[in-house]
Amino acid sequence: MEHELFSRGPSPAVRLTFFTLLSLLLLVSDAHYSYLKTLRTGIATAIYPLQRIAMMPVELLGAMSDYTRTQSSLVKENTFLQKQNLEDRAALLRYRAIQQENDHLRQLFGARARVNSPSVMAEILYDERDPFSRKVVVDKGLQAHIIEGSAVIDNAGVIGQVLQVYPFTSEISLITDKDHPTPVQVLRNGLRAVIFGFGSSNLLDLKYMSLNTDIRPGDLLVTSGLDGTFPAGLPVATVVTVDRNPVYAFSRITCKPVAGVNRYRQVLILAPGAPLPPPIPAAKPELPPARGKK
Amino acid sequence: MEIAPKEEILLPVKPGFIALSLFSAFLLNLLPLGSFIEWIRPDFVAMLLLYWCIRQPLRVGIGTSWVFGILVDVADGTLLGEHALAYSLMAFIALVLRRRVSMLSLDHQFTHVTLILLIMQAVIVLTGFVAKDIFVGWAYFLGSLTAGLLWPGLTYLLKLPQRPKPDPDRI
Repeated sequence: MEHELFSRGPSPAVRLTFFTLLSLLLLVSDAHYSYLKTLRTGIATAIYPLQRIAMMPVELLGAMSDYTRTQSSLVKENTFLQKQNLEDRAALLRYRAIQQENDHLRQLFGARARVNSPSVMAEILYDERDPFSRKVVVDKGLQAHIIEGSAVIDNAGVIGQVLQVYPFTSEISLITDKDHPTPVQVLRNGLRAVIFGFGSSNLLDLKYMSLNTDIRPGDLLVTSGLDGTFPAGLPVATVVTVDRNPVYAFSRITCKPVAGVNRYRQVLILAPGAPLPPPIPAAKPELPPARGKK
Repeated sequence: MEIAPKEEILLPVKPGFIALSLFSAFLLNLLPLGSFIEWIRPDFVAMLLLYWCIRQPLRVGIGTSWVFGILVDVADGTLLGEHALAYSLMAFIALVLRRRVSMLSLDHQFTHVTLILLIMQAVIVLTGFVAKDIFVGWAYFLGSLTAGLLWPGLTYLLKLPQRPKPDPDRI
């Protein structure tokens, strides 16, 4: 039997095979199953301090630019905000009146009053570097009682959905992500559809609409609320182009997100609203009389 | 082909220094930058792993690269195993070519290093393409060119702690 003088364990080729197989195993199970969520959460928690350290220079820069901001710009911003506040207040008064009327009407119709879901404000920490998906990470996680699947909005409309919650941060999948469908409704005529991200650009794709669909450029798409995740009526996107090429089975409709998907730092995370109302009980068939023992 | 004039005589590397350099690289990777710099930013962790695989193959090898790949996967939110697979393959190539690369002068090392990093990135792009059916575009590969350009600087920087003092008798 041959003795190696300087034993160094298995050869590089053997090691490469082992680690390649291990990686492939992880890849497949991560892509198709959710066994690895706890592992990912554990590692993410461990590297969280490092991420905060890496954030420091950027935060410092932001603090410095805040400090050196001139008074005139502050005054200008203040007047602008005051004016906007006044306008918003007027709108709010109108809104309250309408809401009251709406509640009353709902009661009349016997519908359950829509519950305003509680919301948490969060700040975007950074974009994830994954070139294959569109995700951002925000600074609120389990400690702020964020729930997986919550809708995320900004002041203009829907941004995305909470994908994974870590102890101190959570990952948000943007609506421009390729794997992120959002159920929408055309505001003008109530047509329902599902919108997808393109993945590579900042645009959205309204899929599976037949060639003769009544959709025009400029139409506003709002959430339909059918998924039970997004509250109904939040603006999602506006239609940019409609391509009705008879070669394809469906028309190709490109849309632009309404929200500043890549612009703002502050976002609002809406807890999933009240569970969907129970299905209306159909006329109960007469139960046969109970027989035998209970 | 030019061959480096003479191999420098260096002090042994402290394991702590290797660990420190790898974790600094990880921090640099986490640094949030603007979208433009994002495209040309080299993968610092891959560079450092490549460097140590060439210089210290007994300390840093395929296993270490795989572990750091998993860390990067979690930090970047990529599929678990995507970077790990690419890094372990890169480490393997580095281990095979390491004698050749360390004999070359710095400007010839540029081509080798860039090519190895490009292969590493190609593995990531291919994995993403298979798993998610998205091609990220050619600009993604710019990072490897930047890494190649930064290589001589990195080599100089990482050799500094191992340079012996000019005259050992004079303290």
